[in-house]
Amino acid sequence: MTHDFDLAAVLRGEYAELIVKGIETTLQLALYAWLLAMALALLLVTVRLTGNKLADRLVAAYVSYHRNVPTLVQLMMWYFGVPNLLGESTQMALANYNTEFLFSVIALGLCQAAYFCEDIRSGLRAIPGGQTEASRALGLGYIRSMRYVILPQGVRNCLPSLINHTVLLFKNTSLAMAIGVMELTYATREVENYTFRAFESYLVATVVYLVFSLLLMGGGALLARHFNKALAR
Amino acid sequence: MFDIFSILQNNWTLFLIGQYPHGPLGGLANTLILAALALLLAFPCGLLLALARVSPWKGLRWAATVWVYVLRGIPLLMVIFWTYFLVPLLLGHNITGFMTMLCTLVIYQSAYLCEIIRGGIQALPAGQYEASRALGFGYMRTTIWVILPQALYNTLPSLISQFISIIKETSLGYVINVQELTFAANQVNNQLLTKPFQVFLILAVIYYLLCFGLTQLAGWVERRIARKRMGSGLQTVAPDAVLAIDN
Amino acid sequence: MHPMIMFSNINKWYGDYHALTDITAEVKPGEVVVLCGPSGSGKSTLIRTVNRLEDIQEGQILFDGQDVSGTDANLNRLRSRVGFVFQSFNLFPHLSVLENIILAPTKLRNLKGSAAREQAMQLLDRVGLAHKAGAYPAQLSGGQQQRVAIARALAMEPPVMLFDEPTSALDPEMVGEVLSVMKGLAKDGMTMMCVTHEMNFAREVADTIWFMDAGQILQKSAPEAFFNQPSHPRAQRFIADLRAH
Repeated sequence: MTHDFDLAAVLRGEYAELIVKGIETTLQLALYAWLLAMALALLLVTVRLTGNKLADRLVAAYVSYHRNVPTLVQLMMWYFGVPNLLGESTQMALANYNTEFLFSVIALGLCQAAYFCEDIRSGLRAIPGGQTEASRALGLGYIRSMRYVILPQGVRNCLPSLINHTVLLFKNTSLAMAIGVMELTYATREVENYTFRAFESYLVATVVYLVFSLLLMGGGALLARHFNKALAR
Repeated sequence: MFDIFSILQNNWTLFLIGQYPHGPLGGLANTLILAALALLLAFPCGLLLALARVSPWKGLRWAATVWVYVLRGIPLLMVIFWTYFLVPLLLGHNITGFMTMLCTLVIYQSAYLCEIIRGGIQALPAGQYEASRALGFGYMRTTIWVILPQALYNTLPSLISQFISIIKETSLGYVINVQELTFAANQVNNQLLTKPFQVFLILAVIYYLLCFGLTQLAGWVERRIARKRMGSGLQTVAPDAVLAIDN
Repeated sequence: MHPMIMFSNINKWYGDYHALTDITAEVKPGEVVVLCGPSGSGKSTLIRTVNRLEDIQEGQILFDGQDVSGTDANLNRLRSRVGFVFQSFNLFPHLSVLENIILAPTKLRNLKGSAAREQAMQLLDRVGLAHKAGAYPAQLSGGQQQRVAIARALAMEPPVMLFDEPTSALDPEMVGEVLSVMKGLAKDGMTMMCVTHEMNFAREVADTIWFMDAGQILQKSAPEAFFNQPSHPRAQRFIADLRAH
């Protein structure tokens, strides 16, 4: 282990390429998983809002599963377990594609959907019941009440939690390395293996993760402040 | 599909206690020990960090804040690798995977526990602090005798939630070959090879039962605290604490 | 001229609890009706049945000659013709005072923005809050919020205004400013139904007082008769309790 600090050694040529590719993969993974999670969460919340008891229980079970089972185990379940169920021919077909990435997006997206669903639901529940009554008493129908009175307040309420969980999603992309996805953490280990410079490699990865996390948190705080101009006083 | 029961029957010791006594303790037992130790050790660290973050001394506040933000901004996996790399350097000799994982969890969770405890402290009405100071207690005494007892009691449900998070985080020990539950499941899978779905289903169910059970406990504690706080109204810990000091 | 609001044999249950029993009454155009009585007597429930914030199981309610239990498409139109003021104001916190008032006119009547704003400023003037048009509800006192709520309800130019304990959630010193707005409305000839504990207001402004207890209207009379010589024994007890304060 050398005591000299040589950042350049890690950022040279092919290593830099590895790291950049890793960052790209991480960002793609995070983006696709986020979109899947958000879409699914909105669907789940809508299902819960219909009031159907069975649907409500099913969604609750979905959320419960994804919040109580470790994310890594969920990833393993999707990557190792699910293909096993699909039968020989599907497995052969899948082998031609980048299944690690695909299953990571699915696993992370489905997991985060559970968190987003609860955030949105809490945000809506935090709105005082009088708001619905007041808007309906004015003659605004269900859709208009939702659009002009309920949803604007709901969004403001759930924004902080949504931002926190988005950062969580971003950090969880590192778990994909356990099933072979070549995202940033995986790339960092590769570079470390080639250069034997653990400190510098880890430092680069840490800084990159920090920068993106802080950007997400900062951006979120700005968004929250913009919306809360009215409510903050 | 019904292989699940036979798999469980043949391998339950591996899931439960790893290769013990033919090897080190592993499986669910090790997971629980790891998680419990991590919570026990992380708690005082989190407490000190929380006190630092609310203290009136700027440098201390700033240092603690930076620590918390850094740890909350990077993945747990990165912290594992950092610990794996730095701790042997600091100690001069190698450490086991278990110790690495333990140190990682303590460091990582100290940041989250800090925020929880800090939240508990700041959620107390300002009047508690003012009343105590008005009685003549200094900052330190106020914190120890008035603020902390109430804050820590109120954060009990969140602490249980964090314990659940720690249990889930122990699964990452798999990446550095720590003999915990996920590692045990992978061992079983590597032996059987043809039934990954069943093996991982068993794994998921074990974690689910454990964490779900603890979640119910946390909910029960939360309801109990809410009842106590609402029912007793103005009664707080402060009066007893004052009497204790006078004696 | 037909009555503005007509209740015929209204019965309502919450599960097994009989909340309203055989209510038959009417409110004439321009009449100010004050409902009073002990807590839990069904006063709020009754006025909430007019715009169907509560539904009835038996009986018929006619608003301006039309049965209120029409289909849902008519429900919104009905509600836009009934002004309702809540005990807890229920202003929309994410909108400014002005935006609160113009929301319904612009979305439901397709009133143009500038016309709506002009009307809103006139209403704010009427309740004495023109200078607060750009403020947000969280920046206003309780009394100011309630006055904005009244202006918001008036924006749709309803023929009837319903008040559900409008001053019960206010600090004593702010009750007066809200009551004087309501007195002004009454003087201008607005048809009003008002649930309140403010007996002086009732005495001054009401045309008729409905005394309710346990889901029934026990007495309907002019204020003087009610306060000086209540006929029903429970009303007598109620007045006596009031005097004791």
